[in-house]
Amino acid sequence: MKTNDVIIQFTAKIVFFIIFFFSIHIFMAGHYTPGGGFVGGLLTSSAIVLLVLAYDLNTVRTVLPINYIHLIATGLLLALGTAAFPMFIGKPFFTHFFDYFTLPLIGKTSLHTAMLFDAGVYLVVVGVTMTIIQRIGEDD
Amino acid sequence: MMILTNSVVILFITIGVIFIVVTAIGLVRLPDLYTRAHAASKSATLGVMCILIGVFLHFWLIEDHFNPRILLGILFLFITGPVGGHIMTRSSYIAGVKPWKGTVRDDLGPEIERMKKEQGIQ
Repeated sequence: MKTNDVIIQFTAKIVFFIIFFFSIHIFMAGHYTPGGGFVGGLLTSSAIVLLVLAYDLNTVRTVLPINYIHLIATGLLLALGTAAFPMFIGKPFFTHFFDYFTLPLIGKTSLHTAMLFDAGVYLVVVGVTMTIIQRIGEDD
Repeated sequence: MMILTNSVVILFITIGVIFIVVTAIGLVRLPDLYTRAHAASKSATLGVMCILIGVFLHFWLIEDHFNPRILLGILFLFITGPVGGHIMTRSSYIAGVKPWKGTVRDDLGPEIERMKKEQGIQ
């Protein structure tokens, strides 16, 4: 029976943004506090799964037209590129660099290449989780 | 000042724990699913929110650490706790769980019959 589910759809719209921004916060804060790419990726995919539960798979695919297989490939390339870059300038594999920059709005910031590696992990985790859930869910 | 802060923190955490104990008693003593869901979704949400306020005040006033994640958690629980209770109760009504035998009024039953007739089920 098709029922009227206004309440869960409206709640999912609001809660999606809370979970998504919290996952970005967890991802950014991973260097100094608990968190990082893996937990952030899982939280992002759980926010998308909440949308899938409240609406359906085709609606979410229209709203977020992402090919998750390509997302996995992008994440792996980013991680491998960050790891392999120091070899071209005569440093060992996986050497990381960091420096302090003064950015216009944020002020003094320490930027580290481990962040790029973490972004690769994040993309791979989101891609793998959403691929599994889409493949299982669309099997009508 | 220290005594006042500690008293406020202890007050909030005590209220929260009492509400959660009330929830547990309600889950054991109440007769059917709907009254139990009423106990669980309402007083457990309030109890956890009171405990989180106590923790937030403790870290803010005593440890001098303003933690906005706890405020976000309170907002999140306030939004999602009642909605979770609503969805579970509604799906169990549609799945056919009968209310307690002392129930005198049932407004959702005729509505569901009307929706079934409109969509041509039965």
